[in-house]
Amino acid sequence: MIFVTVGTQLPFDRLIRTMDGWANATGSNVFAQVGPASSYKPFHIRTRADLSPEAFDEAMDEARIIVAHAGMGTILSGLERGKPVIIMPRRAIYGEHRNDHQLATAAKLAHLNGLHVAADETALLRLLSDHTLLKNGPALASGASQGLITAIREFISP
Amino acid sequence: MKTKVTRVLAVSSGGGHWVQMMRLRPAFAGFDVTFASVDADRAADVAPAVFYAIPDANRMQKWKLLVLLVKLGWIMLKTRPHVVITTGAAPGYFAIRMGRVLRARTLFLDSVANAEKLSLSAHLSQRHADLMLTQWPEVAERTGSKFMGSVI
Repeated sequence: MIFVTVGTQLPFDRLIRTMDGWANATGSNVFAQVGPASSYKPFHIRTRADLSPEAFDEAMDEARIIVAHAGMGTILSGLERGKPVIIMPRRAIYGEHRNDHQLATAAKLAHLNGLHVAADETALLRLLSDHTLLKNGPALASGASQGLITAIREFISP
Repeated sequence: MKTKVTRVLAVSSGGGHWVQMMRLRPAFAGFDVTFASVDADRAADVAPAVFYAIPDANRMQKWKLLVLLVKLGWIMLKTRPHVVITTGAAPGYFAIRMGRVLRARTLFLDSVANAEKLSLSAHLSQRHADLMLTQWPEVAERTGSKFMGSVI
């Protein structure tokens, strides 16, 4: 199963439309959390507007590949499981977010093991056809960097 | 002799803010930590630690912000934290302001998503928090916040 998630705050039709078309073309099993009501109605993928934390965790666990907007919750949850995560940043020019901060986030995190950035729909389709993405990598360590942990401990108990 | 355990209140909104808070947990070992976040179902992530659900709100939802303010105030008075730590967003700003009134030490860790500048809630909290951390060295240089590492 491919799990698609766009967060709870805003729709992301460009991503959902692309995944719907891809599912139609390939017959792939795609499950998508699509967020608030939007104009595009997908036909070839299963969708839910929102997921409980348990259902989200379950979809993450079952997914072979995670496809998402560049939201930190999804990125970290996917990489903690050692799963390939493809992110397509939301763009302000399409009204997908207030600004282009997802573009900056994606660029800065692109080096992370298992994270793949698709600049647009064409790049997303190219990544989805890349079979080297199908394997799990080493999972991201479960805690923050040692420097940050130490700094916070010292702040709590000087 | 009874030793006094430091009480920490950890406040965050949902999604990535909560996931990042979870990655800070090694820093909380040995302290009395209470969590407050917007998804009630996330209580299971931190059990047996005490978890309070707070309303999700952003700056566009004035009445929800008011409910958030009241709920968070009640949690603050009940918990009486020595230290308030937040990973944002709106609940973090209120937690920093109230924490300061209650003379707690306050720390705001801005999301790793903010790679170019501080988030609005971090920016608003900056002059009230005892320690404002960014997860990007270049943001620290530009904003006067501090960089001491990141959640990844």
